[in-house]
Amino acid sequence: MKLLSELREGIAISWSALRANLMRSVLTTVGIVIGIVTVTLMATALETLDVVFHEAISFMGTDVLYVAREEWFADSNIKWQDIMKREKISLAQARTLERELGGVRGIAPTVVYGSDSVTHGSRSASMVMVTGTNEQLLVTGGIELASGRFLTRTEAYANRSLCVVGSEVAEKLFGSESPLGQRLRIDGMPFEVIGTLMKRGSVLGRMSLDNQIIIPIQCMTRTFRSNPSCIIQVKAGDPSNIDGTKEELRGVLRKIRKVPPGKDDDFSINQQETLVNQFKKVSMVIATAGFFITGLSLFVGGIGIMNIMFVSVTERTQEIGVRKALGARRRTILLQFLVEAASICVLGGVIALIIARVAVEIARQYIPQVSFSFSIVLLAFAVAIGTGLISGLLPAWRAAGMKPVDALRKE
Amino acid sequence: MSLIRLEEVWRSYEMGTETVHALRGVSLSIERGEYVAIMGPSGSGKSTLMNILGCLDTPTTGSYELNGQAVADMDDDELAGIRNREIGFVFQTFNLLPRTTALRNVELPLIYAGMDVDERRETALGALADVGLAERVSHRPNEMSGGQRQRVAIARALVNKPSILLADEPTGNLDTKTGEEILELFASLSAKGNTLVVVTHEENVARHAHRIIRIRDGLVASDETAAP
Repeated sequence: MKLLSELREGIAISWSALRANLMRSVLTTVGIVIGIVTVTLMATALETLDVVFHEAISFMGTDVLYVAREEWFADSNIKWQDIMKREKISLAQARTLERELGGVRGIAPTVVYGSDSVTHGSRSASMVMVTGTNEQLLVTGGIELASGRFLTRTEAYANRSLCVVGSEVAEKLFGSESPLGQRLRIDGMPFEVIGTLMKRGSVLGRMSLDNQIIIPIQCMTRTFRSNPSCIIQVKAGDPSNIDGTKEELRGVLRKIRKVPPGKDDDFSINQQETLVNQFKKVSMVIATAGFFITGLSLFVGGIGIMNIMFVSVTERTQEIGVRKALGARRRTILLQFLVEAASICVLGGVIALIIARVAVEIARQYIPQVSFSFSIVLLAFAVAIGTGLISGLLPAWRAAGMKPVDALRKE
Repeated sequence: MSLIRLEEVWRSYEMGTETVHALRGVSLSIERGEYVAIMGPSGSGKSTLMNILGCLDTPTTGSYELNGQAVADMDDDELAGIRNREIGFVFQTFNLLPRTTALRNVELPLIYAGMDVDERRETALGALADVGLAERVSHRPNEMSGGQRQRVAIARALVNKPSILLADEPTGNLDTKTGEEILELFASLSAKGNTLVVVTHEENVARHAHRIIRIRDGLVASDETAAP
């Protein structure tokens, strides 16, 4: 007997068996639905986390190196106290680096200051990120001008109080008016707006990248933060050779900061990849724990199926006997019960997908990046069929192995 | 060559520490076209004999040849094939699948034989018509009388054109009149050349057969062929 027609037969039989014990089938299916829903939602959550994270850090650019005094993620063998004792990266060192490092597309030292008082007449903005930098931030920082112009090199290292504002600041302070040529005050100090930036969105839905103001780095060190430690953004000349750029940068910087040979760097060079690697470590832990926990609920659902299949085999012992008497082979009976178990699971899988789909739609109201991918549909079905086969195997094996005489004799 | 040949068939069961011998060396042969009744009180071993004849069970020792095939040493799946091709079963309790139409019930052996859908349907419909149930093909067992159910079972037993029709107390669950109708059907099947083996403890059922084999204590006690 051909496998295909055996399968078709098995499906027909299992349908009628499931319908005959409707309540029981429904309850068993609920168990498996819960299991598959949790696994599916877990996978969706992980995927979303991944998407959100990569979106969030995309503003950094993959080919930009960030030179700072501190490591982003300090290894346990580097002591935080030691890091804090390191010499600051001064503006003078940053300027030396600009002169000595060739073959890169841009070098922008940055100093950041948070201001809670940015005003224009009676309007104000709070929690504004003020960045002091030079003209090259336009290259390294992934920003674009919406109107006006950016700082020039001369302006960056001069004392004129100019600024370029992010879209959120522009809207808050100037509404529909053009900010160009207008004045605003940061902590009371007046600045003239020479340009506005394109909207960029936010990081993880919280930290707005548009609530910022860019001012000349000289103004920053003179007015808000004297003697700061700069973070220098370096955009690699050749994006495919970012490691080469990094090595070169490291060499030049060691020379500038007079690090003796054999001693560890007293600065760190970070990049987007540093974040990504760290994120991967974290998300791996989340995934392992998450799938373990959701797997447990699936396991419970699977046991429910196994239980109900044992009941089904016992109830239908005589039917098994009749089928065997009429010429059903071991494989046929085995397949029949496996298909029955898998049917419950596939049915559960379909229902679970519908529920998960709805849940995802609801979640999308709050987190727009949530999406329901085809791979998750596949995963859900693979999990469903797998659970069915595994939990159906033992009962089906028992059914297939029954002696026809014994099975027929059972009343 | 005989259709069925049993030689020195023993069937023993382990019951705890004891060994029970249900059959103690049965030898018999049945020719093609015979109508045989196997009789005996309960515990005589006639059910065991029927199970072995029907390839539902295998002898502990001894040989069994069915239609030229040595059955005693076959494995489960080979026996399933033999049951499918060579034997049609009719049970006392009908043993139709519940919630399943007469047609589907009759189709079962054909499904296991691997026949394709159209041919299967046509063959099963023919078998149901042969037992006078052409009008009842889409009825389920719980929508039919006992006699009709047994007819469906007979149609199912015959649909694969088996070598023997093996009936275990076929009238045991039927009233006298319906039982007589079933026995008349058996007589006409026999007249058409089918080989019938009926296991019963009722004399008036056995009387319809041409040959009566009596079993007692696991042995053939008598074997009489009725005068035609």
